[in-house]
Amino acid sequence: MTSDEIIDLVEMVVLVAVLVAVGKLFQRSKASGRLGEWWNSKSRVEQWAWLVPLIAVVVLIPVINPPFLTTEPGTNFPITMFNCALYALVALGLNVVVGQAGLLDLGYVGFFAVGAYVAALFTSPDSQLSKIPYLWTLPLAMVVTMFFGVVLGTPTLRLRGDYLAIVTLGFGEIVRLLATLMPPLKGNVGFQDVGHPPGTKADGGALFANTNGTPWYMLTIGIILIVLLLVGNLERSRVGRAWVAIREDEDAAEMMGVPVFKFKLWAFAIGAAIGGLSGSLFAGQVSFVNNQKFDVPTSVLFLAAVVLGGSGNKVGVLLGGFVIAYIPFRFTALASYKYLIFGVALVVLMIFRPQGLLGARQRLLARGRQAYQRLIGRPEQLSSDSSLVAEKAGDSA
Amino acid sequence: MHHLITYLADAPWITFNTGAFSDQFWASTFDGLTYGSIYALVAMGYTLVYGVLQLINFAHSEVFIVGVYATVFALNAMGFGPSPVYPPMVVLIIDLLVAMVAAMIASGLTALILERVAYRPLRKRNAPRLVFLITAIGASFTIQYLIFVWRGGSNAEPATIMFVPDPVFEVFSTIIDSQQLTIFIAAIVLMVVTDQFINRTKFGRGIRAVAQDPDTATLMGVNKERVIMLTFVIGGVLAGAAALFYLMKVPQGASFNGGFVLGIKAFAAAVLGGIGNIRGALLGGLLLGVVSNYGVTLLGNSSWTDVVAFVVLVVVLMVRPTGLLGESLGKARV
Repeated sequence: MTSDEIIDLVEMVVLVAVLVAVGKLFQRSKASGRLGEWWNSKSRVEQWAWLVPLIAVVVLIPVINPPFLTTEPGTNFPITMFNCALYALVALGLNVVVGQAGLLDLGYVGFFAVGAYVAALFTSPDSQLSKIPYLWTLPLAMVVTMFFGVVLGTPTLRLRGDYLAIVTLGFGEIVRLLATLMPPLKGNVGFQDVGHPPGTKADGGALFANTNGTPWYMLTIGIILIVLLLVGNLERSRVGRAWVAIREDEDAAEMMGVPVFKFKLWAFAIGAAIGGLSGSLFAGQVSFVNNQKFDVPTSVLFLAAVVLGGSGNKVGVLLGGFVIAYIPFRFTALASYKYLIFGVALVVLMIFRPQGLLGARQRLLARGRQAYQRLIGRPEQLSSDSSLVAEKAGDSA
Repeated sequence: MHHLITYLADAPWITFNTGAFSDQFWASTFDGLTYGSIYALVAMGYTLVYGVLQLINFAHSEVFIVGVYATVFALNAMGFGPSPVYPPMVVLIIDLLVAMVAAMIASGLTALILERVAYRPLRKRNAPRLVFLITAIGASFTIQYLIFVWRGGSNAEPATIMFVPDPVFEVFSTIIDSQQLTIFIAAIVLMVVTDQFINRTKFGRGIRAVAQDPDTATLMGVNKERVIMLTFVIGGVLAGAAALFYLMKVPQGASFNGGFVLGIKAFAAAVLGGIGNIRGALLGGLLLGVVSNYGVTLLGNSSWTDVVAFVVLVVVLMVRPTGLLGESLGKARV
């Protein structure tokens, strides 16, 4: 190892150790409970009043370019931030599948790829299809990947979860193979000049040029916010409660009358759609799509993002996605070891801290209880467990 | 949408070469059986571990690839390389046996370490199934990229040729060569030995007992931890043997992620035969080998073999998820 690599390794270990330690201390101490109490005792409006300035800061990060976060001169900082946001979006989508419904999807990159190819096929001049404006490919990619999700999920979701894992793993690889084998998908040559949203800068150049990370970042953050709202609403609805029930005990859920298969398929399809959405965003920013970028290791990185952040916790997985994308850019000397690092991280996390940086909250009855307790002026009591932590006794897995 | 469909359908990206298929039917059958016996050996590892722990050991493909590397290094040390060498028959057989033993030890050890380091702490904690799966994929990834870093990149090792296949005899006017024959017979022998080991010996009875009911087996005096270790080691040893045969068939097969696709195929084979069922793994492996080889001949490009194997997996899961022979190691006939 060179000295650069050692310095980067040490810095990275310190960063992750600090994150984990803060997460752990925070959850152990009463501060976590108090913060949770404080937050949950606020009304929806007050919560938003706190959130808006926070979001504003997040949106402006690439413009501020804080010196302790910057990845320059190695990589353009706004581009790095776009990648972080993209991974956060991917993690958010995968979290619906892995974190909420407890289904292991190892081929998420397959959906990501399908989304990217939809964007490329309908906007790149290299494709013979009729063109549509780039922004329309985002919903189209969601529809198409949802379709793929249903096709893949229907035979496998009726079975035990393990089969889903291996079938999705195969799917991720097959998408890449088909991109190579099917001439219309142009294999290694790929599609140049994938479209981008409209808009010009003052100097007449395109606002969403692929060298200009800031607008792409802001667009992605906007989409993340919308997805967060939608997914959050789902989580608090009957659907979300069904997901948690399935995750915790599928047989018990089935017996209580939850249509298990239907809700698993929904989770899988919704997750797939978000994967497709992020794929077409990726295609737009990079502006070039070929078969080289959608390998299974990337899928495992996505999973690592969810697991590191805290499977089942929306804020956690956003953080996880951010960290996973950020580390290779910030610690460039370690970039070639990134897969090794994240592979080891997965094993170590599962052994020592399966709930990740921020554990998921079990909110089976949250909505009703929260509303009731807000009425009587006391906050909701939350446990911070996760689907990945064993019960104290009796769970023979 | 209609436009998209005609676009994808009009392009001549998939052609069925029925002429080649009928011409080479027997050749691809025999070659398929050769590949199939390799898949079957690897599938045994998946099936045994699944039978005992109900866990898909994703890292089994890496247990296999470690064996391939061990074979390469053992053979290179004995003077084999990219150009064929012609030692006397007896020496060649001894050399190959030594390489096989080296691969078996390497793979068996990898499987054992994997079990101790990654899975055992989780079992002690009674971790949920999802945690096991994530650990398995993490471990698989770790081993792959350890090899990647160790070998300094993604390049495959230079080819290692063991011997040049000679024609042995002819069936249906198709030549069967010494390589196909060696692999097929050796693999079948290994699998029969394993089957007998599981069905007839005391250790085998222990494995079957734990597969049936771990708690009761423990109460009856079976050492569960030792049985689990033994299961992983047997799977690893068989993967080591498969590694030698794989390298015989694919001399440039040693690359850091070379086990991945083979692992998926072997798993598909295990599911096809009925996961948890040893004889099912044999049947599934041979069938999958033949079917995916037909796919290659019919479609005219070797990359299709992976696609065909995957489609077989999904179709089996749709039509008969318990596989052809049904799943269960515990109920194996005595």
